[in-house]
Amino acid sequence: MSIPRVEHELHNRRKSRNVGLGLVLGSFVLLVMGMTYVKLTAQNAAMAEARAAEQAAAAAATQSGASD
Amino acid sequence: MSDTSINTRVTEGDASFGDYFALLKPRVMSLVVFTALVGLLAAPQPVHPLLAFASVLFIAIGGGASGALNMWWDADIDRIMRRTQSRPIPSGKVTEQEAFAFGAFLSVFSVIMLALASNWVAAGLLAFTIFFYVVVYSMWLKRSTPQNIVIGGAAGALPPMIGWAVATGGVSVESVLMFTLIFMWTPPHFWALALFMKSDYRDAGVPMLTVTHGRKATRKHILVYTVLLAPIAIGAGFTTIGGPVYLATSVLLNLGFLKGAYDIFKRDETQAEADDYKVEKQVFKFSLLYLFAHFVAILVEAFLANYGMGGWA
Repeated sequence: MSIPRVEHELHNRRKSRNVGLGLVLGSFVLLVMGMTYVKLTAQNAAMAEARAAEQAAAAAATQSGASD
Repeated sequence: MSDTSINTRVTEGDASFGDYFALLKPRVMSLVVFTALVGLLAAPQPVHPLLAFASVLFIAIGGGASGALNMWWDADIDRIMRRTQSRPIPSGKVTEQEAFAFGAFLSVFSVIMLALASNWVAAGLLAFTIFFYVVVYSMWLKRSTPQNIVIGGAAGALPPMIGWAVATGGVSVESVLMFTLIFMWTPPHFWALALFMKSDYRDAGVPMLTVTHGRKATRKHILVYTVLLAPIAIGAGFTTIGGPVYLATSVLLNLGFLKGAYDIFKRDETQAEADDYKVEKQVFKFSLLYLFAHFVAILVEAFLANYGMGGWA
């Protein structure tokens, strides 16, 4: 004979807490991934810009050296 | 007793997700989110939408964490005041220790995450806000001086400065003016509430101005602070966050607020009790609109600026 499963308010409270916490943690992981992507993309763009500026400056210096 | 009846009683520590969320004072948090967002969007530097979202979220969590720590510290008076008896700790859904652990963890978490999402100036301001609200206001001023609302209001006034710092990495005249606007608005807003919620504060032994200096003095204080608030609110209209829309809105709102404060000032208790504090309740509601509309006007100016129409340029 199986014992009928009684759903008590206590179980509902625990379930809502567990589901809520799971959703919060899942959302947090996604948010950190998104933030990391945005930060790295911005950093890479800034580094590429700096490298391009350096190369342009070096080319200008070489040109002015050749014309001297 | 059957096995199935064991451990089915709702005990402390069996809080639902909603009970923990209620610890964060969602209504206060909504004001924090709104003002921080306006501070962030009104700033001259643009922020990536995802980083802006994350920053405002962590500012909100920090604000909520200070609310949880406030509920932990004030659990004794929350049990006495009618307005706060249904909060998670007085109603027995969350224990004081749980509220403390929850608030302390979220405080540290929100500050570190805000630093990672934006910068350390914004994170430092958030840490200061939490410290000010919990230690300076809740633990020290609230029960020791009738000026509790005045000085403690600084904690609620900081979110737009934090939002501004997220975008700019610093502090400026505009962000200080947004801070001052909320700071000067807080006393007349809360004292209007205290006038018609009189028994709550007295029963709890909180030295609200109405309790220590009487109701006549409180009415005078409301008028004085409203008069001092007007030039600050209107003056912000001449900075980069202001413009014609803001200025027109601010002038109208300040005229309304000044009239309300004057009406409160010239009434006495007999008149107020006769109409169940009708004017005080109206001014309290108007004060909510006053602050909301000022920040909406700042937001409108920032939005119009994107199309070359906002501000004085």
